[in-house]
Amino acid sequence: MNFNEPTLDYAGLSPVIALTVGLCVVLLSAVFKPVRRSAPGLTLLVLATAAGLLIWQWGDPKDLVSGALRIDDLSVAISLIAILTAGFCVLLSIREPATEQAGLGEYHALLLGSVLGMVLLAEAQNLVTFFVAIETLSIPLYILCATNLRREGSLESGLKYLIVGSLGSATLLYGMAFLYGGTASTDFAGIATGIAHKGMLDDPLILVGIAMCAVGLAFKTSIAPFHQWTPDVYEGAPTPITSFMAVATKAAAFAVFVRFFDVALGPQVDEWQPALAVLAAVSIVVGNVGALGQDSLKRLLGYSGIAQAGYMLGGIVVASESGVSALVFYLAAYAFMNLAAFAVIIARERETPFGDDIRAMRGLGAERPLLAWPLTISMLALAGLPATAGFIGKLYLIEALVESDYTWLGVFIAIGTMISLGYYLRVVATMWMRPEGGPATTPAIAGASPEADPIDPEAGKRLYLVGPALLAAAATVFFGVIPQPLVEFAERAGSSLF
Amino acid sequence: MINALLWAPLAFGIVGLFLPKRASGWWATLGALVTLVIAVGMVFDFDTGSSGLQHSVDVAWISGLGVDYSLGIDGLNLFLIVLTAVLWVGGTAFAAFREWERPQLFFFLMLLAETATLGSFLAQDLLLFVLFFDLMLVPFYFLFGAWGSDREGGPSAAAATLKMMIYTLIGSLLMLVGAIAAAIISADGGHLTFSIAAIQQQGLDVDSQRWIFWFFAAAFLVKMPAFLLHGWMPDAYRAAPLPVLVVFSGVLAKVGAYGFLRIVLPLFPDATIEFQEVILVIALASILYGSVMAFTQTNVRLIAGYSSVAQLGFITAGVFALRADGADGAILQMVNHGLVVAPIFVIVAILVERTGTEDIREMGGMALRAPVLAVLFLVVALATLAMPGSANFIGEFYILNGLFQEKIVFACIAISGVAMSAYYALRLYQHAMHNRKPDGIATREIGLRDAVVLAPLVLCILALALYPQLILHRTAPTVQQTVAGVTNGDAPEAELASGPTGRNQAYISRNRPIDP
Repeated sequence: MNFNEPTLDYAGLSPVIALTVGLCVVLLSAVFKPVRRSAPGLTLLVLATAAGLLIWQWGDPKDLVSGALRIDDLSVAISLIAILTAGFCVLLSIREPATEQAGLGEYHALLLGSVLGMVLLAEAQNLVTFFVAIETLSIPLYILCATNLRREGSLESGLKYLIVGSLGSATLLYGMAFLYGGTASTDFAGIATGIAHKGMLDDPLILVGIAMCAVGLAFKTSIAPFHQWTPDVYEGAPTPITSFMAVATKAAAFAVFVRFFDVALGPQVDEWQPALAVLAAVSIVVGNVGALGQDSLKRLLGYSGIAQAGYMLGGIVVASESGVSALVFYLAAYAFMNLAAFAVIIARERETPFGDDIRAMRGLGAERPLLAWPLTISMLALAGLPATAGFIGKLYLIEALVESDYTWLGVFIAIGTMISLGYYLRVVATMWMRPEGGPATTPAIAGASPEADPIDPEAGKRLYLVGPALLAAAATVFFGVIPQPLVEFAERAGSSLF
Repeated sequence: MINALLWAPLAFGIVGLFLPKRASGWWATLGALVTLVIAVGMVFDFDTGSSGLQHSVDVAWISGLGVDYSLGIDGLNLFLIVLTAVLWVGGTAFAAFREWERPQLFFFLMLLAETATLGSFLAQDLLLFVLFFDLMLVPFYFLFGAWGSDREGGPSAAAATLKMMIYTLIGSLLMLVGAIAAAIISADGGHLTFSIAAIQQQGLDVDSQRWIFWFFAAAFLVKMPAFLLHGWMPDAYRAAPLPVLVVFSGVLAKVGAYGFLRIVLPLFPDATIEFQEVILVIALASILYGSVMAFTQTNVRLIAGYSSVAQLGFITAGVFALRADGADGAILQMVNHGLVVAPIFVIVAILVERTGTEDIREMGGMALRAPVLAVLFLVVALATLAMPGSANFIGEFYILNGLFQEKIVFACIAISGVAMSAYYALRLYQHAMHNRKPDGIATREIGLRDAVVLAPLVLCILALALYPQLILHRTAPTVQQTVAGVTNGDAPEAELASGPTGRNQAYISRNRPIDP
C-alpha cells in the first residue's frame, strides 16, 4: 500500500496557522506578568492577521491537505464574517466580569480556538475535518458560556449547551458513520458519487445517515424543532459571548450546511429539498411566535435568531448559485444587525440594574440617543424595513426562492416578518415612546442576581461599546442604501460552489 | 432636476438634525418650500401632449438583483407630486408654529416621510416602488407613536401605531413577494429586471396575474384604507399629532389608489378585468360604510377619517370603471381630496385648540366671532360635499360618468354616497360653527399664523375649481394609454378625456365655464 505524503499548501493554510499560533501566544501571555493585560490587544492583532491572510487568498480557490479542506471564496467570506464578529466580541468583552473571572488570557484564547474551528468548518469538505472542526468550534464555547462563574445562569447555560451540543454532535457523528457505511467515502465529492451510484432513497444507510447529519446541523444552526437550547443558553451566557454565538456560530454552521448539501448531496436535490423547506417554514413560525412577549432581550434575540435561521435555510433549500449568494449576503447583514443590538444591550446591562430586560431600554431615545439609534436601526433592519441591509437580504432570499419555484416559502418569510414586527417594534417603542406604566424605577426585588447592581454607570458613554454599536448600525444602513459592494462579495462567494 | 425633487427634503432634514431647536421648524418649512418650487417647475416644464415618461432617470442600482434606480414623471403622478409638495409645506409650516419635544428629530422625520412619499410616486421600478412604499411607514410610525397622544381608556399611541404598522406591512410584504414573482415570471429565465415598462411589455400569464394581483391589491387597499381593511385607521387617527395627520390623510391614502393605476392596471390587465367587480364591490362598501360612519361619529378626527374612506372608495371605483373618464376623474379627485382633507385637519386642530375637545357635540357658535375661519371652513366643507362649481364636483362627475357607462348598477349605488357626503360635511360644519356656543370655549378669530397655512390651501381649492383643466389636460394622454392597455385598446374613445363635448359639455357649462 502506497502512502503519499500530502503536499501542504502553506499559503492556503496560513490563516489557520496564524490563528493556531496566535491562540498559543495569547494563552501564554497570561503567564508572563508584564504582558498579562495585553490579551485583548493580542487577540485583535491575531484576528487582523488572519483576516489579512484570508483576503490574500480571496479569489484563489484550491484544495488543501489532500482535499480535506477547501479554501474558496465561500469559505473566505464566511471566515471573514466569523473573524469580524470575534473582533467585535473582543471589544464588547472589555471590562466584562466574565473575563476577569475566567482569566483574561484564557478567555481570549478560548475565543480564538472557537474562531479557528469556524475557519476550519467553513473550509471542510470531508466528514472527518467537518466533525473535528465542529468540535473545535463547540468545546471552547461550552466553557465560554460558563465563564461568568458567580452567576448561576451562566453555569446553567454552559452545562445546558454542553449536554445539548454533545447530543447534536453525537447525532451528527452517528449520521456520518452511516453515510460512510453507505457510500464508502468520507470525502464530499466521493459521497456524491457513492449516492449517485446507489440512489438516495433506496439505501436505508444513506437515508438515515443524511437525516441524522441534517438533524445535527439543525442543532448547531438552531433550526426548529431542534432549537430548544437556544433561548436558555443565549440568556445565561455572558452577553459578548452570546453575540459571538448568535452570529459567528450560525455563519460557520451554515457554511458547512450549504457545502454538505450542495456538494455532497447536490445531485439528489429534489429528494431533500422539500424536507429542508418544511424545516425552514417550521423554524420561521416557531422563532417568530416564540419571540413575542419575551421580556429578556437576549431571549428575544435568541428566538429571532431561530426565525432568521429559517429565512436563511431558504438559501440552502433552493440549491442554486443565487441561493448561496443570498445566504452569504444575509449572514453578513445579520452579523451587522445583531452586533449593533448586542453592543447596546451590553452597555445597558452594565449601566442599569435591569440586566438585559426590556425595561433597561425605557426612554433611551431621550437619554442616550447614541445608543438608541443603533438599536433602533438594528430592530428595523431585522424586521426587514427598507433602507437597511435587512430589506435587501430578504429581497435577495425571496428572489432566490421564487426563481426556484419555492414562492410559498417566500410567502412564509413575508408572513414571519409580519409576526416579527410585534416584538421588534416593541423594543423600538420602549425606547422612543411613552411607557405604558410610569417611568423606569428600580425593580422591586433588587439584587436578585449579582448583575443587578450596575457594573459601570457610565457604560453608555464608553467608546468601546458605543463605537462598535454605531459602526455596525452604520454598516447596516450603508449596505441598505448602497448594497452593490456586498452583493458582489456575496455573488463571488456563491459562485464558488456551482 | 428629478433627483433634486426627490432628495431635497431628506437633505434638508439631515442638516436640520444639527440645527438649534428653534430653527429646525423653519428650516424644515424652507426645505418643503424648495421642494414645492421644484415641483411647480416640473409642471411648467411638462410636455402636455405626451403620454410617456418625462425627466426620467434610469441607472442600475443593484445590478445583481436587477433593481434599477429609475424615476420618471407622467400624467399619472405629476399632480400627485405637486399635491405632496403643497401639503407638506402646509403641514410643516403648521407644525413649525407649535412647540414639540425634540423638534430636530420631529422635523427630520417629517422630511424623510416627504422623500419616501415622493419616491413612491416617482419610482418606475417595481422594487423601488415597494421600497419607498414601505419606507413611508417608518417615519410615520415614529411621528404617531412618539409625538401622538394616548387616549383615555383606549390604546396608547404606541399600541395604536403598532397596529397601523402591522396592518399596512401585511399588505406591503406580500406586495414584495408579488413584485419579485412578477419580475421573475415575466423575465422567464432571461434578463431579470424590475422595470415596470419592461414587465408590462413582457406580460404575465393569467394564472400568475391572478394571485399577484391580490398581493398588490391587499397592500393598496389597506393603505387607503378600504372597507374591512380599515381597522388600523380609527386608533391611528386618534393618536396622531394633527399637523402630521394633515399630510398623512392628504397624501398617503392616494399612494394606494395611485398604485392601482401605475402598477396593477398595466401589469395585471387580465386579472383586473376578472376582478373588476370584486374591487368595485369593496369600493362601494367603502363609500357606504365610510359615509355612514362619518355622519354617526362625534369625534372630529374620525369624521374626517371616515369621510376619507368614502372618498377613497369613489376614487377606487373611478379607477376600476376601466374607462378613461373614470380614471381621469380618479386622479382629479385624488388631488381634490388631498386639498380638502388637509385643510379640514388644520381646521380641526384650530378647533381643538380653541375648545379643548374633539367632540363636535361640545363645540358650536364659532362663526359669530370668527367669520373668517367660518368662511374658510365653509369653502372646504362645500368642496367636500362636491358642490357644483367645485373641482370635486368635476371629479365625482367624471368618476360617475365612467362608472355609469360601464356598470350602471354600481353607479346608482355610488350616487347615494354623494348625497351622504353632503350630510356629513354640513353636519361637521354646523356643529362646529353654528348652534349655541357652549360655556367655556374660546371663539377667537383665526390667528395670522394659522391663516398663513390655511388660506393658501383654500386658495388652491378655489383655483382648481376655476380651472380643473390644468390637471385634466395633462393627465389625459397617460390615463388613456393606461386604460387602453387593460381593455386591449378597444375601450370606447373617452370623449371627456380630451375636454367635455356634446351633451356633457352642455351639462357642465351650465354650471360654470370649464375651458376659458
